[in-house]
Amino acid sequence: MDILQYTAAELGKKIKAGEVTVKEACEAVFARIEEKDKEFNCYITVDREGALARAAEVQKQIEAGTLTGPLAGVPVAVKDNMNTKGLRTTCASKILEDFVPSFSAEAVRNLEKAGAVIIGKTNMDEFAMGSTTETSYYGPTKNPCSPEHVPGGSSGGSAAAVAARECFYALGSDTGGSIRQPASFCGVVGMKPTYGTVSRYGLIAYGSSLDQIGPLCKDVTDCAIVLEAISSHDPKDSTSLDRTDTDFTSALVEDVQGMRIGIPRDYFGPGLDPEVREAVLAAVELLKKKGATVEEFELSLVEYAIPAYYVIACAEASSNLARFDGVKYGYRAKEFEGLHDMYKRTRAEGFGTETKRRIMLGSFVLSSGYYDAYYLKALRTKALIKQAFDKAFAKYDVIIGPAAPATAPKLGESLSDPIQMYLGDIYTVSVNLAGLPGITVPCGRDEKGLPIGMQIIGNCFEEKKLIRMAYTYECGRRKEGAEL
Amino acid sequence: MANIISDETIEYVGILAKLELSGEEKEQAKKDMGRMLDYIDQLNELDTEGVEPMSHVFPVQNVFREDVVTNGDDHEAMLANAPERREDSYIVPMTVI
Amino acid sequence: MSREYETVIGLEVHVELATKTKIFCGCSTAFGGAPNTHVCPVCSGMPGSLPVLNRQVVEYAAAVGLATNCTITQCCKFDRKNYFYPDNPQNYQISQLYLPVCRDGKVEIETADGKKTVGIHEIHMEEDAGKLIHDEWEDCSYVDFNRSGVPLIEIVSEPDMRSADEVIAYLEKLRLIIQYLGASDCKLQEGSMRADVNLSVRPAGTSKLGTRTEMKNLNSFKAIARAVENERRRQIELLEEGRPVVQETRRWDDNKEYSYPMRSKEDAQDYRYFPEPDLPPVVISDQWLEEIRQRQPELRDEKLARYKEEYMLPDYDAKILTSSKKMADLFEETVALCQKPKKVSNWLMVETMRLLKEQEMEPEDMAFSPENLAKLIELVEAGTINGTIAKEVFELVFRDNIDPAAYVEEKGLKTENDTDALREIVEKVIADNPQSVADYRNGKEKAIGFLVGQTMKATRGKANPAVINQLLKELL
Repeated sequence: MDILQYTAAELGKKIKAGEVTVKEACEAVFARIEEKDKEFNCYITVDREGALARAAEVQKQIEAGTLTGPLAGVPVAVKDNMNTKGLRTTCASKILEDFVPSFSAEAVRNLEKAGAVIIGKTNMDEFAMGSTTETSYYGPTKNPCSPEHVPGGSSGGSAAAVAARECFYALGSDTGGSIRQPASFCGVVGMKPTYGTVSRYGLIAYGSSLDQIGPLCKDVTDCAIVLEAISSHDPKDSTSLDRTDTDFTSALVEDVQGMRIGIPRDYFGPGLDPEVREAVLAAVELLKKKGATVEEFELSLVEYAIPAYYVIACAEASSNLARFDGVKYGYRAKEFEGLHDMYKRTRAEGFGTETKRRIMLGSFVLSSGYYDAYYLKALRTKALIKQAFDKAFAKYDVIIGPAAPATAPKLGESLSDPIQMYLGDIYTVSVNLAGLPGITVPCGRDEKGLPIGMQIIGNCFEEKKLIRMAYTYECGRRKEGAEL
Repeated sequence: MANIISDETIEYVGILAKLELSGEEKEQAKKDMGRMLDYIDQLNELDTEGVEPMSHVFPVQNVFREDVVTNGDDHEAMLANAPERREDSYIVPMTVI
Repeated sequence: MSREYETVIGLEVHVELATKTKIFCGCSTAFGGAPNTHVCPVCSGMPGSLPVLNRQVVEYAAAVGLATNCTITQCCKFDRKNYFYPDNPQNYQISQLYLPVCRDGKVEIETADGKKTVGIHEIHMEEDAGKLIHDEWEDCSYVDFNRSGVPLIEIVSEPDMRSADEVIAYLEKLRLIIQYLGASDCKLQEGSMRADVNLSVRPAGTSKLGTRTEMKNLNSFKAIARAVENERRRQIELLEEGRPVVQETRRWDDNKEYSYPMRSKEDAQDYRYFPEPDLPPVVISDQWLEEIRQRQPELRDEKLARYKEEYMLPDYDAKILTSSKKMADLFEETVALCQKPKKVSNWLMVETMRLLKEQEMEPEDMAFSPENLAKLIELVEAGTINGTIAKEVFELVFRDNIDPAAYVEEKGLKTENDTDALREIVEKVIADNPQSVADYRNGKEKAIGFLVGQTMKATRGKANPAVINQLLKELL
């Protein structure tokens, strides 16, 4: 069997059994990248040399029995907004073109402890601002399922790399749907955990109160394994939670008997592509057959999530991205007159259009005279949205809906109308506002052959319910013989 | 469009955000921001009277470090990224005139 | 001037806290490292770094709040203050705007005009900026983040002061409180205490506040006094000429005794504060607050009262001894060793103060130990050395912290208490000075002083004057 067909868990077992070496696994990935990445552009940086050196080291430790985890020796791709010590980290921006971090993100370190081999840094929307991976300074990523379509975003490179078998799994980050939506568009499994579960230390911040790192994988099992590996209580991140229930693989149980599923009517209204609607409802039907109870309900406030999200995320971004000023790292304009001109030209030349648009909006909503009307209003809306979810989770174990209103759009169709693009986040952003976990699992394809994803949302700290639900669904679909 | 963004406002936002915009970019930014604000104004339909603004989603509090020196010395790795440096200092255009 | 004006002053005082590490990272706050050596990703604004609050900063801030009669905000939060400047590596400063740690305090000050209360609006915690060094030749500035992230508290007063004297009394008061708490050494020259002066003037008898200016770069009490006077006059002149005072920040140049506006068109002064998403709130429980209260040391006013009561010291002496934490500590530690408060007080009040003045030192700079002062006092009390020798020895104690007992032994400075040897010398002095002997015998009591002096001279100062006196009377 072709090494690339394995899931991360399967490959880990083969490596442990001595049937595949870490080097072979890496070489297979590099050959695949060589073959496909000119077309798909999943990667901004490929670290062949570093990965092979690391592979040799990991191989030794596996053979010595000091590395025994399920991910030991398995090649991983990391979204390019997570610091990797000594390896260029760009956030897909010109302003960080030559930035080499002095430390690795905590999530990356956790993977390294688990024996992972980092093969490169994946493409994304610049500073994670976008839903298509077209705002990258390093060119758009293409959807491996249909290369004239986008892979979604902002973790489009990570989702596409998994789908194109250019890695065995990948890390992404999710501020408003940036893991779940590209997972849906590329037909892979993507999960955003409860806010605070994975340390944000070393993740280059977009919207600090919303950002979470999570896995993009070939299946639910991999997703649980990776999430278990990257979750940790990190004293370097004050918003990191001290959880004792991160043994997520224990939830890989094929049983949803008696679990209560809520179907928010507001997620299935006008604006939802009928093919997506049908596929998601069919998936829910399967879970119902497995013994779950299903009930429709009114979640409410869904239309307010996007405006609240954009106010909060852009405000935080305008401040988070202030540090990119041409002084300490990254790009500096070549010509300028004095300090402030240097700042303004550096940032004007270094940031792309969408990033500038969001920085300006964020600066405006925080500026004198507008703070209450926009920022505080958005924080109040956020509180109401959280309350709406609390109410829902009093009745249901999980909420199920689509991850996006439609399947992947064609390249070049989205950027001209920002608001239209923002509307595509309607089913994902409220999860970030409320700090909840969410997972996307493939549940079919549309007529064009583009993947459709089902999103399962859980109450905070209830990732295990999501994993159990998603795993049960995945098992059921496999039995039906569906191609995943 | 309900929100009309003036030239002065865009100029001011450019100063706050430290972005040098061309005439064309300014026109586009005025349009974009106006549309976004119109869209955001939907929030005004919502009665949020008496709702406490929620900045942190979980009631986590009192996360501290103890007052113990822990830093190592990797200043060279950081300074290596500087667009302009002289020995161990970052260099910027003169800040006082 | 056609009419009388009243000056209204409020102060924003920044104090660097005496923590070992910075407010949001484990970097050392020690002075004197080469540029960018006390730095890490957090305090140099590296992408992906995150702040974690130093617990000690909260303790110090709350302690200062309690000592200045503030209400402690039991759930306080941090906010980001956004502005671009190269000494500010993230281009935002983590500070507190909406819920500062302390509010509504007051301190009592005393000037020649009497006592008065100055209100404290709030105290908040924040991070310091880095340092910029300007290179005129190369037309550039060097950025050093060693000071970036050093913890500060900013103490914002109410506009309750009316003169430079009151401003200085208030600053002295704050300095003593904070030094006594051990929260900072509060040195203006070194920048560990910095005061920005908000000043406005209004016609005497009116209650509406005039437009104020904020004055920065004040590095000494003298500079503050000069800047207050200068700004007061500048504003009055403007008003007299019918021109408005512009609300602005001005920079004081103490060499030129002149201030100028700091604002440029690129400073919008719109800081876009919003809650810091990277830091959860700080909740100071009743129990924690009580612990901080229990740990509060005796402050100046209490100490002053106790010195008068316990040691029977005059008000003047007690004030001087408590005018610096260092002096008071030295006093108490020495008294604990020798049990002679009045003597210790004398040495500190007279000789110590004289030497400090001569050498232009601050009490904080004194380096001698209470043990050595106590030994010196014991030597005098035991009659081992006399007062003249003691003063000479003290200078060495003050300068080099020598062990006075060893020194006296080594140099042979002990008082001659050998009465037989002394008797011979006295007899010789009597024989050599018949005139004085005659005068004394004729009832001129004073003449004996001359004879004592001659005897001292002959013993090279080592004799005990009391013994000489006794011997002379006996032999005459």
